[in-house]
Amino acid sequence: MTASTPVLTMTGISKQFPGVKALDGVDFRLLPGEVHALMGENGAGKSTLIKVLTGVHDIDEGRIELDGARVAFTGPLAAQQAGISTVYQEVNLCTNLSVAENIFIGREPRDRWGRIRWKEVRRRAAGILARLDLDIDVTASLSAYSLAVQQLVAIARAIDVQAKVLILDEPTSSLDAGEVQQLFRVMRRLKDDGIAILFVSHFLDQIYEISDRMTILRNGRLVGEYLTKELPQVELVAKMIGQELAELERLHGTAKVFDRPLVEARELGRAGAIEPFTLTIHEGEVVGLAGLLGSGRTEIARLLFGADHASTGEIAIGGTPQPLRTPRAAMSHKIAFCSENRRSEGLIPDLTVRENLVLALQAARGWTRPLPRSRQDELVSRYVAALNIRPADPDQLIRNLSGGNQQKVLLARWLILEPRLLILDEPTRGIDVGAKAEIQRLVAELSGGGMAVLFISAELEEVLRLSHRVAVLRDRRLVAELDNDDRLTTESLMETIAGGGHPA
Amino acid sequence: MRRLLWPLLALAALLLLNVAFTDGFLSIQIKDGHLYGSLIDILRFGAPLILVSLGMTLVIATGGIDLSVGSVVAISGALACLQISEDASVFTAVALALGLCLALGAWNGFLVAGIGIQPIIATLILMVAGRGLAQLITDGQIITVNSPAYKLIGGGYWLTLPFGILVVAAIWAVTAFLTRRLALGLVIEAVGGNPVASRLAGIDARRVTVMAYTACALCAGIAGLMISSNVSSADGNNAGLWIELDAILAVVIGGTSLTGGRFSLTGTVLGALIIQTLTTTIYSIGVPPETTLLFKALVVTTVCLLQSPAFRAKVFHRRPRPAPKAAAEEKVKVTA
Repeated sequence: MTASTPVLTMTGISKQFPGVKALDGVDFRLLPGEVHALMGENGAGKSTLIKVLTGVHDIDEGRIELDGARVAFTGPLAAQQAGISTVYQEVNLCTNLSVAENIFIGREPRDRWGRIRWKEVRRRAAGILARLDLDIDVTASLSAYSLAVQQLVAIARAIDVQAKVLILDEPTSSLDAGEVQQLFRVMRRLKDDGIAILFVSHFLDQIYEISDRMTILRNGRLVGEYLTKELPQVELVAKMIGQELAELERLHGTAKVFDRPLVEARELGRAGAIEPFTLTIHEGEVVGLAGLLGSGRTEIARLLFGADHASTGEIAIGGTPQPLRTPRAAMSHKIAFCSENRRSEGLIPDLTVRENLVLALQAARGWTRPLPRSRQDELVSRYVAALNIRPADPDQLIRNLSGGNQQKVLLARWLILEPRLLILDEPTRGIDVGAKAEIQRLVAELSGGGMAVLFISAELEEVLRLSHRVAVLRDRRLVAELDNDDRLTTESLMETIAGGGHPA
Repeated sequence: MRRLLWPLLALAALLLLNVAFTDGFLSIQIKDGHLYGSLIDILRFGAPLILVSLGMTLVIATGGIDLSVGSVVAISGALACLQISEDASVFTAVALALGLCLALGAWNGFLVAGIGIQPIIATLILMVAGRGLAQLITDGQIITVNSPAYKLIGGGYWLTLPFGILVVAAIWAVTAFLTRRLALGLVIEAVGGNPVASRLAGIDARRVTVMAYTACALCAGIAGLMISSNVSSADGNNAGLWIELDAILAVVIGGTSLTGGRFSLTGTVLGALIIQTLTTTIYSIGVPPETTLLFKALVVTTVCLLQSPAFRAKVFHRRPRPAPKAAAEEKVKVTA
């Protein structure tokens, strides 16, 4: 494998954004028939490197060679025509079109009159999806399917083009374990066909399972290129964050007693979203919600925050039933909710870091009582420092920040409200190891200070590490509540999720 | 402010053109204790458009649009003139007219935020129906009034300045205070930038939207009073006809995006002044009447193109943002 010549070489790539040097003299190469992992923290420059490669951004310096010839793509379409296909972190498809239309949009097979040959579109779409072991109705609109299926459709679209290079930018962040294996099978097949795959993921286990080689970036600079089997995980993490990361143990002491109920959901439910459930969250307690994608985790969070209306049951806060019909009402009871959909439900992209950060506090005060500038400055600088938000420029537009830093700004938005119950829906998804550890430590600290936290994560280890108690969901039903003592392990948790049963 | 640079340049260019064609264009004289001059005229005749555009800015910032302002202009003037012609006091007439405008604005806001009708359709209803309402009020006639007190609003002077200019300055100051000194601007920009996220951040997006439409109708109502006062009559058919299009144009020229979010009140005032100056220019340089609309379209297109970073980059071969020169020099050193 090492003997073959690179299909793609990038040399001395630099890219400057306002206030940020996103890439600084980075070299990168891709060999045919390999899975090459691009590693780095948030803001290390992974996304930028992919975007300059596919022509989304142009480069300030450096050269890109494909098959030995210098190239400069004017946009993703040009890159795709040259054989570089990309599936981005957040699915970029038209959910109002059908699955088949999404796969062939812009390159529909046509007859000599220019009419689209719909039969062929459908037949070929079904064929490609069959290669991915995905059996779905290609004429149904894409919005009818889960995010995971949409992700696979995006990949189907990418591999149908005669691709030499396939870029997968965090394709697994919203997939469950089975779907990840399905994806890996497809990746191995494509690899055997000689396609070079550039793979980005924050799941280290997945990196070690699938990748042959990796390139590590840190703060826009190249750290090095390594063979995966020659680089132990601990060293990888150290290279990514630039320092030794202390092993995270269970962050809380065991056998704490929580006896002051803060929020009680009594037979709370919403038709079509979540079956009626009963759940009590105590002061200072971290309750984890475990379950597969679509099992009703987010639905519970939205009901407790008043984002959706309950069709049955009631919520009691401090023992008194309270109708939570709007987020405002929930906020007045000091409940905060950090949504999993950063882009669509969190950020106001046109506003600055400062404005995004103070938004919830300002909304709670009402617009007639503006937050004084000095107080804003104080809050912003405190949280920018505490959460290590980079770049530390409060007047930067938030859309110019990397995903992890955006997430930290959104967390800060809720923390400055000093909530009594903080609902975190996948706060660490798509976030690098360093930021993840910071957020986990923060959650432990906050609960130590008396704040209740409802913690939702697809990563069972994380749920176990942080939670005092774990509520397990399956098929939109709360099936078990388990105390997080020494007997509870990721394996037993997984069994509960799979079996839906009630362990002894 | 960088984004106000192009509107400012366009306005300056138009004014220069006038200076070249009209003798004494820039001169301002005092006659009978009032200020007179072409510049004062631009401000005076532009006052209603500036007002309507200010209101429109707020609506557009929430991600909406208000097509009904022209009809509201007509309704407000019609109701006020009808009252005065029936011997009501000027104060009562103005209060009634503006009260009705507030109700109409709240109606628009209700349709958009309460029921969820697309803004362009929701306000189209009042745009069409409102003309009819105005004609109903005037009974299809042009109502002429003779009231010196009413005449003051659009045609009078106070402290040597046309009264209309003072009204505009006051409304602008109040709007600027509410949006920038208080937090209304942040809230509106958040709602326009991402309505879903705003709701989850605890903003009552519905109320904010209703407020924006109400404020917009109020501005249009005051503009309607000015227009009818200036000619001492109310014409339900033609008062404020097509002013919504000029207002939308002024907002866009001022640098506020039609998709909502960030807005600039100063930009809007500049945009409205550009449009008014353009109208003056057309008369002063003697563009033949049958080509005035074409001429106007050409100028507006040019201004809009100049404002677009993508267009400037293409034409002037410059990047939208200046590339970091420092980095390039660094590279030279490395290779040397």
